[in-house]
Amino acid sequence: MHPGHDRQRPSPEAMLRAAQAEERQHRRGHLTIFLGYAAGVGKTYAMLETARQRLAEGREVVAAYVEAHGREATEALLEGMETLPKARYPHQGVELAELDLDAALARRPELALVDELAHTNAPGCRHEKRWQDIEELLAAGIDVYTTVNIQHFESASDIVTQITGVPIRETVPDSLLDQATEVMLVDIPPEALLQRLRQGKVYVPEQASLAIRQFFRPGNLLALRELALRKTASRVDDDMRTYMETRAIAGPWPVAERLLVCAGGSPYSERLIRATRRLADELKAQWFTVYVETPRLAKEQQENRQRVWRDLRLAESLGAEVATITAPSVPGAIIDYAVRHNVTRIVVGKPAKPRWREMLRPPIVDRLIRLSGSIHIHVVSFQPAPPAAGTRSRPRPGLGSWTDYLVSLALVAVITALPFLFWRDISPTNQVMGYLLAVVLAAVRFGRKSAILTALFGVLAFDFFFVSPQWSLTVADTEYLITFFGLFTVGLVISTLMAETKMRAEALRERELQTESLYYLSRDLAVAIDMASILEAVRKNVGEALEARLAVLVPDPEASERVRIAAASEGMALDAKEMAVADWAFRNRRPAGSGTETLRSAQLLYLPLCTASRTFGVLGVSLAATADFFSPHHRRLLDAFAAQISLAMERVDLARQAEQAQVLAARESLERALLNSVSHDLRTPLVTIIGALSSLHGESPSLSEPKKRDLLRCAWDEAERLNRFVGNLLDMTRLEAGELRINREPCDVQDLIGSALTILDRKLADRDVSVQLAENLPLVEMDMVLMTQVLVNLIDNGLKYSSADSSLEIAARLDGEHLLLEVRDRGPGVEEQHLSRMFEKFYRLPVPEGVGGTGLGLSICKGIVEAHQGSIYAVNRAGGGLRVVCRLPVQP
Amino acid sequence: MNESSSKGHPCRILIVDDEPAIRRFLQTALADDCFAPVLAENGHAALAAAVAAKPEIVLLDLGLPDMDGVEVIARLRQWSQVPIIVLSVRDREADKVRALDAGADDYLTKPFGVGELLARIRVMLRRSLQQAPEPVIRIAELEIDLARRLVTVRGATVALTPTEYELLRLLATNAGKVLTHRQVLKQIWGTAYLEQPHVLRVNISNLRRKIEADASRPRYILTESGVGYRFRSDS
Repeated sequence: MHPGHDRQRPSPEAMLRAAQAEERQHRRGHLTIFLGYAAGVGKTYAMLETARQRLAEGREVVAAYVEAHGREATEALLEGMETLPKARYPHQGVELAELDLDAALARRPELALVDELAHTNAPGCRHEKRWQDIEELLAAGIDVYTTVNIQHFESASDIVTQITGVPIRETVPDSLLDQATEVMLVDIPPEALLQRLRQGKVYVPEQASLAIRQFFRPGNLLALRELALRKTASRVDDDMRTYMETRAIAGPWPVAERLLVCAGGSPYSERLIRATRRLADELKAQWFTVYVETPRLAKEQQENRQRVWRDLRLAESLGAEVATITAPSVPGAIIDYAVRHNVTRIVVGKPAKPRWREMLRPPIVDRLIRLSGSIHIHVVSFQPAPPAAGTRSRPRPGLGSWTDYLVSLALVAVITALPFLFWRDISPTNQVMGYLLAVVLAAVRFGRKSAILTALFGVLAFDFFFVSPQWSLTVADTEYLITFFGLFTVGLVISTLMAETKMRAEALRERELQTESLYYLSRDLAVAIDMASILEAVRKNVGEALEARLAVLVPDPEASERVRIAAASEGMALDAKEMAVADWAFRNRRPAGSGTETLRSAQLLYLPLCTASRTFGVLGVSLAATADFFSPHHRRLLDAFAAQISLAMERVDLARQAEQAQVLAARESLERALLNSVSHDLRTPLVTIIGALSSLHGESPSLSEPKKRDLLRCAWDEAERLNRFVGNLLDMTRLEAGELRINREPCDVQDLIGSALTILDRKLADRDVSVQLAENLPLVEMDMVLMTQVLVNLIDNGLKYSSADSSLEIAARLDGEHLLLEVRDRGPGVEEQHLSRMFEKFYRLPVPEGVGGTGLGLSICKGIVEAHQGSIYAVNRAGGGLRVVCRLPVQP
Repeated sequence: MNESSSKGHPCRILIVDDEPAIRRFLQTALADDCFAPVLAENGHAALAAAVAAKPEIVLLDLGLPDMDGVEVIARLRQWSQVPIIVLSVRDREADKVRALDAGADDYLTKPFGVGELLARIRVMLRRSLQQAPEPVIRIAELEIDLARRLVTVRGATVALTPTEYELLRLLATNAGKVLTHRQVLKQIWGTAYLEQPHVLRVNISNLRRKIEADASRPRYILTESGVGYRFRSDS
């Protein structure tokens, strides 16, 4: 292979990427962004103008949400264009107009116009931001035209804030710009814009007018304009690059760079992350954001934690790969991660700290540089503290509570008192040992603060009581200062070590608990064979592990794309609004609800339970603390749970499908047997019937009267047999199809036996039949019609298989909560190996000629009895004969 | 069939069934001096024929193509007390009960023999001819003196509770006719007991023990599984 040749051909990866991107574009709608650098540059106007061109080209264009702000020229453009009514949301006494997303989705135009991409929706809307609405429109295959100003993009917002001094609240992810099929820059010179502003042609909301006016300064506008131009230019560059890549045009490809930035919850993290994104953009590099969790975090305040998670989410929305690592040391973990992921540059901030603190503890930057090896370290420096709103309030180690003081004082007092009480001549060295012991005790039992206090009190007490001059804090021998220092330092070190060990142990224990719960869940799910056991396992394990209340929702068979509750924690009820959120998560296969950016006003977090192939339902979780919804710990664990549950559901589903296939196969073979049986059993009687009737119809003169009667009798008997067989077949079919409905009513057992005997009256004419009924039989809940049929079948069988002069017994008695109904004959009985199989379908006992039934009678009996939650079996009687027993519950 | 012929004219019988084969069979089996069959193949035709021909008895198939058989019964009952025998297939006990509750007098399960059909028709015709109820009902060895509220079996007086007597009287005065569980419950115990079938079961069981020679093979009160009871009629 010549490297030169290689260069001419596009790499398979590049082709694949381009193809994938193209395919995504096919399925999704195209997004066109009209990008401006400030309000009033004419974005909406430009969008409408372009839309009118599309309309003229014959495309279906609908203005889903366009804000004309009363400008006549803009409104004129809207004329004749289909406009969707806006959704109204009442909010604090004002009615807010919003995009009616559902109406737009229902209308499904080719092209929808949605103004103001960066808009924040009114509370109560499905999504928090309008760009999420637009995402949904795109996902539905609708092309969208939208407008936005440059300052609203995440990566630009802090630069803009720096330039203009106006904080930007409404931001959109940069990925939208990457996704856009086209970006149209709407540009007018700043002088012209200022002119328009003065003429009142720029819409300025009343309450913000001062800030906005401050914003519209020539310097600001120039800077913003440059930013917008640069952004567009870099996109054009991107397009060019993709083009060159796919066409294998050799160019100066940059070495694949990978950047890594560390989020630490500091006030600078956000800016650091944005800076890294910009750097990554410039370098066309992939970038990572990691957060290193040290055991210390467990002690940190909830608020700081939340800041870290917000940083991580920001990084994710800016396109970073995000990871959380747990490790004892931050720099070590970062370098480790960087090496594993071939990171080329690490971006760190260098906050200005007082020099003495740097000396005490070298900043992470220094340690990173020492460890980094071949990885470049970018140090980004910041101006001192951004606006106070963003500063974090790190928990200051307080002076300790009064219990700490008490404990420490008590310990020191005991140690101090010992020599005075027992051992007057103890040497000072040993007394120091005593104080050290107290420090260790305090550290182990009462924690860090108490240990430090004990060390401090110990030093003071030692000085006061034991070091000459006694009873004073002055020291004669300066060498004791070393002892003081040693005692205090040892106290500090021990207490710090103890505290860290404790915290680490706690963090480990928490981890362990979570791992354990995951293990228990997967163990329970592994043995789950059906949906019910999966739901039980989920309720048991997930609920316990997270101390959460939850609901598992599965697709509603009655409404497509909707879910219904399959299992829920006790007392958990979901109202229509919550169900709508669950439906959304189910339909879109994305998390929704509390802790997400979609429908976050919901009480619960809804995670879709889906695998690559299907969505099986939604897991709704309600955590004890709202903050927990944002915790990566919980989210990761929940994601793991959801993945496990989805897999188990898929497995059960596949098993069910396999079982269905098996049942189908079994049914097929049964159907073959049925067909054989049917063809034989239906034809045989018909042969006789048709034969007999045809000979009678023909009126052949040779037939004598008795012969004619004989033939008629034959035909009649065979017709009766056919009737029975067809009846049996129908019953069997009904049983098989599960359509046999048991219509329970209280039945008198004697009545049951009586009606069976009445039906068989003709056959029983001269048989000795005895009925043995136990005293005081209760009424039994059963289907009288079906059970009569069972009894008729059994008695009929008994009659068939025994000689005409033998007796038949029918008995009914109670066995606990069950009724035993027996039919006993004195026939030949059944060979042991056939006893268990005689109730199977089409199982024919080897019987004398002429007696053979359809092979269905007994299996129908079995089906009916089992439908009554009863059982049926046969045993040979002592002294010959067969006893068939039905065992039925008296009160099912 | 003596009853009909004795009246001098053949009995007009309306046969309603959508199956041509069954209509043909019934027409052939019944068309003799005693019966004059009128045929209808659906519900509307049946109702029209009932008005035009004024049949003395109706054989009605429940599975009609244009309307529910029960509906036909209900409409007929709005103006006529003509005896109706329902023809239905097996396993449709619920339909039979609905038909009987709607006012049908009896039912026959397909397939049936002509002998059975004629016996049922005879009972119905006799019942509709009967003017006033006999004061004493005699069937085999059972004698019910309605005037004196006295029940005897083989000459021996049977002591019945008031409910049992009422039950027996209801069944016996409707001899040959099927009474559904609901009909009996409603008449003896009232509507409040419609969903209390065990009351009926227990009383029937007790009654049988008192009047039947072998309660396991009853000869007077016959059970129609899943439908109701029929008192034996000597026909």
